[in-house]
Parts: sequence; C-alpha cells; structure tokens
Amino acid sequence: MNWTWLHKFASPPHAYRIAGRLAPWFGWPAFLLIGAGLYGGLVLAPPDYQQGDAFRIVYVHAPSAWMSMFIYGTMAVAAAIGLIWRIKLAHAVAAASAPVGAWFTVAALSTGALWGQPMWGTWWVWDARLTSELILLFLYVGFIALRSSFDNRDRADRAGAVLAIVGVVNLPIIHYSVYWWNTLHQPSTLTRLGKPTMSGDMLWPLLTMLFAFMLYFGAVLMVRLRAEILARERNALWLRAEIGR
Amino acid sequence: MNRVSAAQAMALLYRRDLVLAFRHWDQVFQPLLFFAMVTTLFPLALGPELDELRSLAGGVLWVGALLAALLGLDFLFRSDQADGALEQLLLSGQPVALLAAAKGAAHWTVCGLPLVLASPFIAIALGVPFSALCAVVLSIALGTGILSAIGAIGAALTLGLRRGSMLLSLLVLPLVMPALIFGARAIDAAVLGDSARGPLLLLAAMLVLALTLAPFAIAAALRISAE
Repeated sequence: MNWTWLHKFASPPHAYRIAGRLAPWFGWPAFLLIGAGLYGGLVLAPPDYQQGDAFRIVYVHAPSAWMSMFIYGTMAVAAAIGLIWRIKLAHAVAAASAPVGAWFTVAALSTGALWGQPMWGTWWVWDARLTSELILLFLYVGFIALRSSFDNRDRADRAGAVLAIVGVVNLPIIHYSVYWWNTLHQPSTLTRLGKPTMSGDMLWPLLTMLFAFMLYFGAVLMVRLRAEILARERNALWLRAEIGR
Repeated sequence: MNRVSAAQAMALLYRRDLVLAFRHWDQVFQPLLFFAMVTTLFPLALGPELDELRSLAGGVLWVGALLAALLGLDFLFRSDQADGALEQLLLSGQPVALLAAAKGAAHWTVCGLPLVLASPFIAIALGVPFSALCAVVLSIALGTGILSAIGAIGAALTLGLRRGSMLLSLLVLPLVMPALIFGARAIDAAVLGDSARGPLLLLAAMLVLALTLAPFAIAAALRISAE
C-alpha cells in the first residue's frame, strides 16, 4: 500500500494549508446546525412532563459531556500516534485539542450544576457522573500543566503523550469506580440501545446538537492546529514564503 | 567480564536503593511523621469523639497515607538523575521497564511499608475496632503499592522540572482516586462489621494492573526525561 499521502499530510506546510481550507467546511455547518438544534430544542420540543422547561439544558449539557470524553480519546490517540511513529503533527493535534476538551468539560460541569439546582435543589451533588466528569477535568488540567512546564517542545510533546495514554487507560477504571461509588444520577438517555427513552421530537435536536458540536470541534481544532504549526515552525522558510505570499 | 542477568540487575538495584535510603533515615521517617501528623489534624479539626472519628477513619487513613506516600515520590528518581546514575541505568542494556519496577519496589519498601506498619496504630487511635485492623493493613498495603506504581510514572515525567513536586501531585492524584474509593470503602465496611472482601479484591486487581502496565510507562517517561 502506498502511504506517501499520509506522510504528505503529516508535513507541516501541507497540514497548515489543508487545515486552513477545511476550517470553514467544519465551521459553517456547525454554526447552522447549532442554530437549528437550539431552535428545535428550545422552541419546537415540548416541555418535559416532569421537569418542565428545565430539561432543555440537556441540549447543551449532554453534547458537552459527550464531547469532553470524545476529545480526550482523540487527544490520546493523536498523542499515541505521535509517540509511536514520531509524527510531530500528531503531537500538535493533541496539544491543540486539550484546551477545547477541558473547556467542554467545564461546560458540561457548569450546565450540570445549573440543571441540578432546580431538579435536585442543590448546585452540586457528589454523584457518579458529575464526579467522574470532575476527575476528567483534573486529567485535562494535568495534561496541559505538564506540557506547559517544559521549555523544550519536543520533550513536552512526548511527556504529555505518555500522560495522555496513562490517563486513557485509567479513564474506564475511574468511570466505573466512581459509578459504583455512587449512583444517584438518572440513567443515561442516549447510550441505551434499541428504543431511546426520549421521544422523537425531543431527540432530534439533541442529536443535531451533538453532531454540530463535533463539527465545531473540528473547526476549532483546524484553527488551533494552524496556530500550533505557526508556533512550532516559526523559523521555517516555507512559512516565510507562505505568509509573504 | 560476566554478564548480569535482568533478575540480578533488578536485585542489585533494589538493594542499592535500600542501602542508600537507610543511610538517610530522614527519608524513611519524614513520610511516616507526615502520616502521623495529618491523621492527627483530623481529630483536632473534627472533635475528639471516637464514635464520629470511627466512621471517618477509612477516609482519614487513606488521605493521610496518600499524601504521605506522594511526599516520598519526589525523591524517587531525583538523586539518581542528579548524580548521573539514571543515565547509567538507561545505558546499561538491561530492560528499563524491569529496572523501573525494581526502583518502584524499593520505593515502596522505604516509603509505603512504614506507612502500612504504622496504619494499625493510627487506626486504633481513631477508634477502629481490633476486628477491622486486618482490613486496614491490607487496604493500605495494596493502596500504597498502587500509588508507588502510578506515582512513579508521574515522578519520571516531572523529573528535572522546576516546581515538579506540585505538578506531580496534580498528575498523580486523579489517577489514584479509584484506589482511594475502594480502599476507604474496605476500611469502612470492616469498621461496620461487614466483609471487606469485595473492595479489597478490586484493589488487588488494580494493583496487578498497575504493576503490569506501569513499568512500561515509567520506562518511556524516564527515557524522555533523561535526554
């Protein structure tokens, strides 16, 4: 099999150009779908028979929580690729994803707190999913803190990659141990296979928002990846030619 | 020159680390003293009623032991890196993962084992009944083992960094939270007169997993840090 296309993509100049070209293709659909999802969720979907209008925060909360885990996975896979095949671009992807993932985790936690206030009567409960989300935030912060404490970018890349891989091995253990530790949270509405427990007119905005958030991550990742490449290749000749053009 | 097998190298390294550690008794005593002091803070802060302390004993013992063992992790590779011994180990041609395991085992003997031996006395002081002491010792023994294995990864990653010890805690604590959950639960169950078997078995499973995988991560981290 011919792998040259992969090497071509992994070279910074090509990645820089491709990321710049792809960013709007992720960004505009994300923008439109977030608009559609919000309209569907906040206006078209009927109020919940138990929770009233308060349930509508799920349209931000659940996709954020999903993204927080998805991005950690993306980051760990990118870091592993960078560590094993020594592809610097993969490290750049991991470095560019981490703050986005951490921010989605913050979004999931804060919307969860806002949702908990009317539903459980308290801003924070030590329940399984809130707690494991909080630990996930600690893992993100640890990754970012470790990376930023190295002066040498190459060492930061590889040390961060080891940490990301250790974290991803630990993540299921953390998740299940926290789950057994306390199960107050309502069962998940989406992961249940077969028929979802949400009715269709409530479900489609949720799936739309999920898809839109994925696209949004793609767009932000492309922009951040370009910034990473700019920082890493700031002395490269191709960059001078590219910018001077 | 006769060649040294990997097992011999591990034994030599283990013995060397113990000799070095016991020549500096403060290294062995400081975590122990820290453990005793942190666990003394809780009765002072929460009040001296033994009934109340008994119900919190699992958590108090575990938080104290975690913090004390974390304190000891900082010197795990630092002196070796400072005097160049670490580079010699990496260049020795022996499997680095096994050498890392030997160093982790030595660290547990120096830092973890004293905590395990002290834990029944502190548990009694917190009002834990005699029938639960076996669970306390097992839980702290398995827990400090897990912390030595996972903590060594963090220690290897933060080697040679400024403010490395603070960062080390940030990296390691989230990873050992599952151990804390089951370890403290085992002690709680034993204090209440239930069987601590389930959480202890889970803790043992975590230790086996950590011992299996951590040496490779430590080795990779050491190679990065020693460049």
